[in-house]
Amino acid sequence: MKEKLIEKTLMLLAFSAIGALLLMAVFIFKEGMPIIFKVGIKNFLFSTHWAPTKGHFGVSSMIVSSLFVTIGAMIIGVPLALACAITLAEFAPQRVTVILKPTIELLAGIPSVVYGFLGVVLLVPLIRDYLGGPGLSLLAASIILAIMILPTITSISIDAIKAVPYSYKEGSLALGATHWQTIRMVILKAARSGIITAIILGMARAIGETMAVIMVAGNALRLPQSPLSPVRTLTSNIALEMGYAAGDHRAALFATGIVLFVFIMVFNVSANIITKRWRRE
Amino acid sequence: MISFFFIALLGCRLSTKEGVVCTIAGSTSIQPFVEKLAEIYMEHHRGVIINVQGGGSTAGIRSVRGDVADIGTSSRELRKEEKDLKEIVIAWDGIAIIVHPDNKVKDLSLSQLRDIFAGRIRHWSELGWSHRRIHFVTREEGSGTRNAFEDMVMHNVPISDEALVEDSNGSVREIVAHDPHAIGYISYGIVDQRVKALRIDGIEPNLRTIKEKRYKLTRPFLFVTKVAPHGLAKDFIEFVLSPEGQKILEREGLIGIR
Repeated sequence: MKEKLIEKTLMLLAFSAIGALLLMAVFIFKEGMPIIFKVGIKNFLFSTHWAPTKGHFGVSSMIVSSLFVTIGAMIIGVPLALACAITLAEFAPQRVTVILKPTIELLAGIPSVVYGFLGVVLLVPLIRDYLGGPGLSLLAASIILAIMILPTITSISIDAIKAVPYSYKEGSLALGATHWQTIRMVILKAARSGIITAIILGMARAIGETMAVIMVAGNALRLPQSPLSPVRTLTSNIALEMGYAAGDHRAALFATGIVLFVFIMVFNVSANIITKRWRRE
Repeated sequence: MISFFFIALLGCRLSTKEGVVCTIAGSTSIQPFVEKLAEIYMEHHRGVIINVQGGGSTAGIRSVRGDVADIGTSSRELRKEEKDLKEIVIAWDGIAIIVHPDNKVKDLSLSQLRDIFAGRIRHWSELGWSHRRIHFVTREEGSGTRNAFEDMVMHNVPISDEALVEDSNGSVREIVAHDPHAIGYISYGIVDQRVKALRIDGIEPNLRTIKEKRYKLTRPFLFVTKVAPHGLAKDFIEFVLSPEGQKILEREGLIGIR
C-alpha cells in the first residue's frame, strides 16, 4: 500500500515536470504563431529585414548568425575539449586528474555574465586592435562560447572514455598497437556515442546562451560578412528587445522563440538518433 | 477662479476609490523617472497607488484619450491632432552624441550625423580624421531614446543594419568609452568624463542650451491629460513640479524646468 503511494507520488511529480515543459511550448506557440502566419512563414524565415516597430519581421540574418556562432564555438571548442578529455582520461597521472577534472568542471559553474564581461574587457579590445573591426564580433562570441562549453564536453567525454571496458584496451595493446593507436582506433570508437552526446549537449548550450553573447557579439542585424562582423543571434534578439516590446513586436519575439525551440528540438532528436544507431552497431 | 475651486473640490475626493489609484502610461524613456517619483510619492502618502506603465509615447497619448490612463507620458512634442489634450512639461532631456575622448572630430551637422547612422559616411576620414571605419552604436528597436533619435535626426531614413546595437544608455557609453572609432547617442544626463559629447550644428549640449532648446537634439518630457488634472493625478503632478520632485529628476540626470 505504502509502496503504491510512493510510486504514484513519484509518477505525479515526473508528469508535472513534463507538464511544465508542455505548457511552456503551448504558450510560446500560442503567442508566436499568429504573427508568423500574418507575415507569412517564407517572409519570416527568409527575409533579413527586421524592424518590428515598422512592420518588418525577418529573422533569417539571426538564424544564420546563430548557426555561425555555434559552429565557430564548435570548431574552437571541440578539439580543445576532446584533447582535455583524452589527456585526463588516458595520459595524465592520477594526481593531476584529481585536481584538473574538478577545476574544469568548476568552469561550468561560472555565471555567463562573468564570461561576457571578461570578453568585453579582454577579448574584444584584442580583436579590435590586432584584427580590426569593432571587436564586438562573431569571432568574439564564438571564442567565449567555446570556453563556456569546454567543461560540458570535457567531463561527459571523460566519463564516456572511462566507461570503455578495460579488456578492449588490453586486447588492443596485446595485439601490438601503441597507446595512441589504441586510443584512436579502439577507445574513441567505443566511446563515440558518449562523445557525440557531449558535443550535442555543448552545442545546445552554445545556441541557447544569451547574456555573454549579447555582451560580445555587437548585435548588428546584417548578415555576417566575415568572422569580424558584429552579429545578432536569435537568443540575443529576444533578450535585447523584450524590455519595450508591445503588440506585434512582442509576438515577433515569441516567434523568434519558436524558431529557437525548433532548433533545439532538432538537435536533441538527432542526438538521440545518432546515439541509438551507434549503440546498436 | 471658479475652475480653481472646482478642481479643489474634486481634489477632496482623494478618499474615494477612484482617487487612490492613478495610472500613468506612455514613453519608455520617462518610465524609469516616473517610477522613481511615484515610489517616493507613495512613501509620503500611504494608501495611494500610482501605477506606472510603458508602451511608448503614442500608446500613452492614446490611452489618455481612451480613459485607460489618468496621465499619459510623452517624450516627444504633441502632434497637431493631439494638441487638444492638456500638456505639462515636467523636464527636458538632451540626446548627446558621444565619441571617444581621443577623437579629433568636435562638431557635426545634423545631416552628417544622419549620413553616419544611415551608413553613407563610413570612414572618419570623410569627417577630417583617421581613415578607420566608423563604428556606430544604436539602441534596440522599441527604445524611447532610439525613437527620439529617429524622429529628430533620421527623418524616415532607416538606421543601417550594420549598426552595433546595445540595450541601454550605459552599454552604449561603455562601448564608446573603449573604442576610439565608435560613435553613439545617449541621454545627456549620463554623459561622463570617459566620453566626449559633440557639438551639433555648432552648439554644445549643456544645461543652458538644452533648456533654451538651442541644442537641436532636445526633447521635452511631457505629462498629458485629457481634461485639467484633478484629484490624485493633480496632486502627483504638483509633486513632480515641486522643488523636491524637480530635484529628484535632476539628480537622475534630467534638466529641470526652473
